[in-house]
Amino acid sequence: MTTQASGDALVSLNGVNKHYGQLHVLKDINLQVQKGEVVVVIGPSGSGKSTLCRAINRLETIDDGDIAIDGKKLPEEGKDLAHLRADVGMVFQSFNLFAHKTILENVTLGPIKVKKVAKGTADKEAMALLERVGVGHQAPKLPAQLSGGQQQRVAIARALAMKPKVMLFDEPTSALDPEMINEVLDVMIQLAKEGMTMIVVTHEMGFARKAADRVVFMADGQIVEDATPEEFFTNPKSTRAKDFLSKLLTH
Amino acid sequence: MDAVIASLPQYWDGFLRTLYLSVISGIIALLVGTLLAAMRVSPVAALRGFSMFYVEVARNTPLTIIFFFAAIVLPRLGVRFEQFEVAAIIALSSYTAAFIAEAVRSGVNSVPVGQAEAARSVGMTFTQVLGFIVLPQAVRTVIPPLINILIALVKNSSVAGAFFVLELFGYGRQLSNDYGNQVLWILLGVAFFYLLITVPLGLLAHFVERKVAIAR
Repeated sequence: MTTQASGDALVSLNGVNKHYGQLHVLKDINLQVQKGEVVVVIGPSGSGKSTLCRAINRLETIDDGDIAIDGKKLPEEGKDLAHLRADVGMVFQSFNLFAHKTILENVTLGPIKVKKVAKGTADKEAMALLERVGVGHQAPKLPAQLSGGQQQRVAIARALAMKPKVMLFDEPTSALDPEMINEVLDVMIQLAKEGMTMIVVTHEMGFARKAADRVVFMADGQIVEDATPEEFFTNPKSTRAKDFLSKLLTH
Repeated sequence: MDAVIASLPQYWDGFLRTLYLSVISGIIALLVGTLLAAMRVSPVAALRGFSMFYVEVARNTPLTIIFFFAAIVLPRLGVRFEQFEVAAIIALSSYTAAFIAEAVRSGVNSVPVGQAEAARSVGMTFTQVLGFIVLPQAVRTVIPPLINILIALVKNSSVAGAFFVLELFGYGRQLSNDYGNQVLWILLGVAFFYLLITVPLGLLAHFVERKVAIAR
């Protein structure tokens, strides 16, 4: 349904293939994400969903096919790629906050160095973002002094500070203790409600049900299903998806 | 002993020249070595290749041969310099830069790759990622090996004495000839002045190592 090419998609992948040596990790991926859409990518481990997410801002290169953000094809390397990445927010499984910078500096560094925003303005905007994700009072601390959930919320604020067109989440809650997962998901649900375009790789089915416009199910490097959460969870079409969901439900 | 005291002016002159050679070559080697390390991790294959080639050739060639090239072959190729100090600085810094490049590279590799990925994701260019995120975090692991390399540089500068530069070792040879019956004292004096530079460097390494241990 949504897999056909459309000219005004914000993120568009066409015929994307990638190999790791013999392993064919992405097989002819076609995916269009419209502005304001929240797409959740789920699937078993090793299905290529993280690779897909990382390919969208070229942290992983692809062998063939093309990826375009807001109509612009991903550049190979260099300054153009850096410019494009500034428009794509990325949140990692392992947070990756800059270890030698304070929480506030983590959020302001991008705007100041990349967008050349004045420090005063950047500080003010960063504080507002940190307040919004609930860690404003942690601003002068170093990342190692925060809990995982707090670090991940800072990472979201850091990505938002660049005012991105689209946000990528690569298993944002997989490295978190169970009691911290919700504080991160709440921030993400809020973002989704505000109309942010999001591509979320996750194992959190609750989030998919609550916030997703579409669920993309991947297995063995292929997109097997692409449906609304309602359709996907109540009436999965492929046996692969049925199998995956049944394993989730029994635990 | 009295030969050493009588020769103090020569010792002092040699000490200053050794210090001069070490400091200038050290600074050049640090700059060039860091640049080579940056090339080694850059996305451009040609730069990576050049850096790797340079490092392998420079650090696997005996220093004496590099001195020979700088002091004798370069002038024949038309590179003229007023003093042999220049040749010594070229030889010492090009040799030491290779070791510094390796130390910095291993420091860069000690920084988790996620740090660079996060920096690239906010739109930083290669030089920004290296300058703002990776190198500042690499410094902690790199400083102790760097100081070891600089200590080696100070001692290596003695090779210049064999290439017409009157630094500590050069004076040592001269004085040994002048005071043939007190060679042992003369050489102990030479060693003492080297220690005057290298021991503080070693202490600095200990100090930095302790500081780093606390910061972790």
